Amino acid sequence: MQKVTREILLAKAAELLAAGTVNRVLGWKAGEFTYDVTPALFTTAAELEKDFVYGPFSGANFSKYLVKETRRDEGKVLVFLKPCDTYSFNQLLTEHRFDRERVYAVGIPCDGMADIQRIKDQAGDGVSGVECDGDNLIVHTLYDGDKTLAMADCLAERCVNCKSKKHVAYDELIGETGDVIDSHRFDEVEKLEKMTEDERFAFWQNELSRCIRCNACRDVCPACTCEKCVFGNPNSGVENKAISDSFEEKMFHVIRAFHVAGRCTDCGECSRVCPQNIPLHLLNRKFIRDIDNFYDEYQAGAEVGQRAPLVNYKQEDLEPSEAVERSGNNA
Amino acid sequence: MQRIGVFVCHCGTNIAGTVDVKAVAEALRYEPGVVISTEYQYMCSQAGQDMIHEAIRENNLTGIVVCSCSPRMHEATFRKTAQSAGLNPYMVEIANIREQCSWVHKDMEIGTEKAIILGRAAIAKVNLNAPLTPGETPVTKRALVIGGGIAGIQTALDIADAGFPVDIVETKPTIGGKMAQLDKTFPTLDCAACILTPKMVEAAQHENIRILSYSEVQDIKGFVGNFTVQIKKKARYVKEDICTGCGLCTEKCPQKKVPNEFNLEMDNRRAIYIPFAQAVPKVATIDPNYCTMLKTGKCGVCAKVCTAKAIDYTQKDEIMEEKYGAIVAATGFNPISMKPFDEYAYSQSKDVITSLEFERLMNAAGPTGGKLLRPSDGKHPHTIVFVQCVGSRCSAHASKGKEYCSKICCMYTAKHAMLTRDKYPDTDVYVFYIDVRTPGKNFDEFYRRAVEEYGVHYVKGMVGKVSPEGDKLMVQASDLLADKQLHIEADLVVLAAAIEPDMSARPLATMLTASMDTNDFFTEAHPKLRPVESPTAGVFLSGACQGPKDIPETVSQAGAAAAKVIGLLAKDKLKGNPCVAGSDEWMCNGCSSCERVCPYGAITYVTKEFRMPDRTTALRRVAQVNEAVCQGCGACTVACPSGAMDLKGFASSQIMAEVDAICK
Repeated sequence: MQKVTREILLAKAAELLAAGTVNRVLGWKAGEFTYDVTPALFTTAAELEKDFVYGPFSGANFSKYLVKETRRDEGKVLVFLKPCDTYSFNQLLTEHRFDRERVYAVGIPCDGMADIQRIKDQAGDGVSGVECDGDNLIVHTLYDGDKTLAMADCLAERCVNCKSKKHVAYDELIGETGDVIDSHRFDEVEKLEKMTEDERFAFWQNELSRCIRCNACRDVCPACTCEKCVFGNPNSGVENKAISDSFEEKMFHVIRAFHVAGRCTDCGECSRVCPQNIPLHLLNRKFIRDIDNFYDEYQAGAEVGQRAPLVNYKQEDLEPSEAVERSGNNA
Repeated sequence: MQRIGVFVCHCGTNIAGTVDVKAVAEALRYEPGVVISTEYQYMCSQAGQDMIHEAIRENNLTGIVVCSCSPRMHEATFRKTAQSAGLNPYMVEIANIREQCSWVHKDMEIGTEKAIILGRAAIAKVNLNAPLTPGETPVTKRALVIGGGIAGIQTALDIADAGFPVDIVETKPTIGGKMAQLDKTFPTLDCAACILTPKMVEAAQHENIRILSYSEVQDIKGFVGNFTVQIKKKARYVKEDICTGCGLCTEKCPQKKVPNEFNLEMDNRRAIYIPFAQAVPKVATIDPNYCTMLKTGKCGVCAKVCTAKAIDYTQKDEIMEEKYGAIVAATGFNPISMKPFDEYAYSQSKDVITSLEFERLMNAAGPTGGKLLRPSDGKHPHTIVFVQCVGSRCSAHASKGKEYCSKICCMYTAKHAMLTRDKYPDTDVYVFYIDVRTPGKNFDEFYRRAVEEYGVHYVKGMVGKVSPEGDKLMVQASDLLADKQLHIEADLVVLAAAIEPDMSARPLATMLTASMDTNDFFTEAHPKLRPVESPTAGVFLSGACQGPKDIPETVSQAGAAAAKVIGLLAKDKLKGNPCVAGSDEWMCNGCSSCERVCPYGAITYVTKEFRMPDRTTALRRVAQVNEAVCQGCGACTVACPSGAMDLKGFASSQIMAEVDAICK
């Protein structure tokens, strides 16, 4: 597979800008450290040349940015989409959240993105920079010099359990598109299902009690595109960012999981951005697995305009009582 | 702040027997917004209503809560009372402390506590109620009758006679239904065809009736007064308007081995066929499963012999869309399968038959030309055993059969026994029964005649086993009155199979959102007081699709359903339901979730310019509800991911207030 490099993307962006196909580019630029890459908007080739970066931390899913970006201006916006991003892209189109005509989508292949937490776990404290070197990462540390880690050991969970290398939407492809992968992404959910109720409660209590209500998961989630969020309501009692309760008493994460049920493409952005490393994607995956089990396999965003099973009654649908029976104590 | 009046009803002892109504009124007096709380013997009586009327006037009430029976019973009554006192009718809430409280509790203390909680919830809701005004919708003055049996035909005729156009949709190539297959009818013994076929012809010739035979309902959208129905006209490969029904093709067709379903497959028909001589429409139909031309492209005999040039092998299924104001379900019944009842050896011997098959054997147009001959060897049977209640009145825990009584079997078995003895006095006829149930005008007299004048042996008891031995059927049965086992060497055994709703009823109910019972019979709006209406407005029930029925009962119900339809179609406009959905455009994402779940097509989208909080202007796609079309089902409010959809009168805030009040 062709490796995507900064140069290739720069050249493509410059070409499309010059041709007038697009008048702005959604891309990444470096933050304080090489590993806190942030999304940014570029309007000229010069800006791109100066700040545009691409590397193992360019993991942000740009689909959601299109909701606001396409409203902002006339003309098209260029967006680079990894295979997993294209599912969110389609799901947002299904929900009419942006105008397809305002977007030029370039599909880029992806071998997986790195998770800085996994790097820190292996390289110790004081990581000051990370560089790519073939299949390895060179990690600069403040106290311990450079360390070489295998990229395979640093992949984010969503990339280890990558569900698809296939681009389901694009105007143009760099390299080649791949296939849907028979991944092991539900293994972790199965483990949770096998727990007793008490064990499962303890597991989630432990995880969710760390939540600081920074709203990063909500803000990054491509399924969370409400004009006004229910949690933005001052009367909801959940607006505060401070930890006002020990454990999800206001059920922020559970309500959020319900809100995105059937629409979540399992892009994994929620867990990627969580500063407390809460495995939020597991809540969504449980929904996806249940939907698969009860209503046949369904991948949100696989096609534009598809009808999600939860909001599409069919006569052969499972009776609710049967669903309860089948899922036993996991209902 | 609302000024709320609370009125607690005793309903005689119906409520007061298990609920301390005085304590309820006292407890609710101190709820937020309540200015008066009182109780009375019968709130729905004129005196009770006057009391509410007075209280509204005297206390300037802005809302009332009536703690009484189910809102289905008297909500309309109390809304009218409130309206007469100058209050908006939608400021009335009913706390159901009868069906959902006093009737299900035995303990006064628990009942009282629950009644207070239910009252409190209703008060919490009224505090958030707002006056609502219903809109009006026009009525499409045309009815659809689904099913062309005697029920459907009678309903259609009665509606058509009142001057409204009616379509009958029938899946079979002809109307007539089960009655067309019958020989004689009880209790008068006049021939079924003689009384049915004139009605079929009348329906065909009626200027207001259109018969869509060989057609199926595929999809139903809309609501009372405004249904849109998709009907599939199946290809019959014969031009209906040209075919003269001469029947030449059905004689010349070389494919002779097609089981004849009209004679319950006891003989064969051709691949091109007219079900029976008096079929309406009298038009041939090609059975695509057997036609050699359609299957292999080689034959074409029927096209060659047809002088009218009516054969068209290229015909395709046709989908038509029609609008109706009312829909009548008349899908009828079928005998149940005898497969699970093999103790009667139905699948082992051709001489064990069902009553409907017996009906065909006795019919002059049947496979034997009306002679009672054994299907196995064509010999005349001498000993005939009738078994009643096969699959009817089974225990709820039984692995097979129906719990209900099929109602018609006692009478038709008496008829069969009587006719047999009348035509063939040399026969011995036994009828095994659990009970003989013959209520109905002249019904018991009829049964007594079978026993007393025709010498039919009625034996109380069930047949345990039928075993074929040689050309005989060994019947083992118990005679409960004589307390002994009987062994009868029979030539023919006739099973009175239970009846069940037609298979098409369940999918139809789903399309109509009409409710059904566990046996797939359509449920009435009220078992006693609204027996021909479905709880779904604009949907009416005719015939055996609502429950087992004989012909006289079916015809009277068909007429009653027609009267209800006429009452609806006679109106120019229907008052709508003001409890409709509305979208908060500032919250709406334009995601189309609501549009996709709306069963009435009431939601459309517009792209509008919005001034955004950051002082920019943005074009946003937002949902809009057509209030005339919305039926207030609330599906959209649940589907909406951002909570932009809400239902007037049942707003999320109101429901939450009720829940909070209950959980307080």
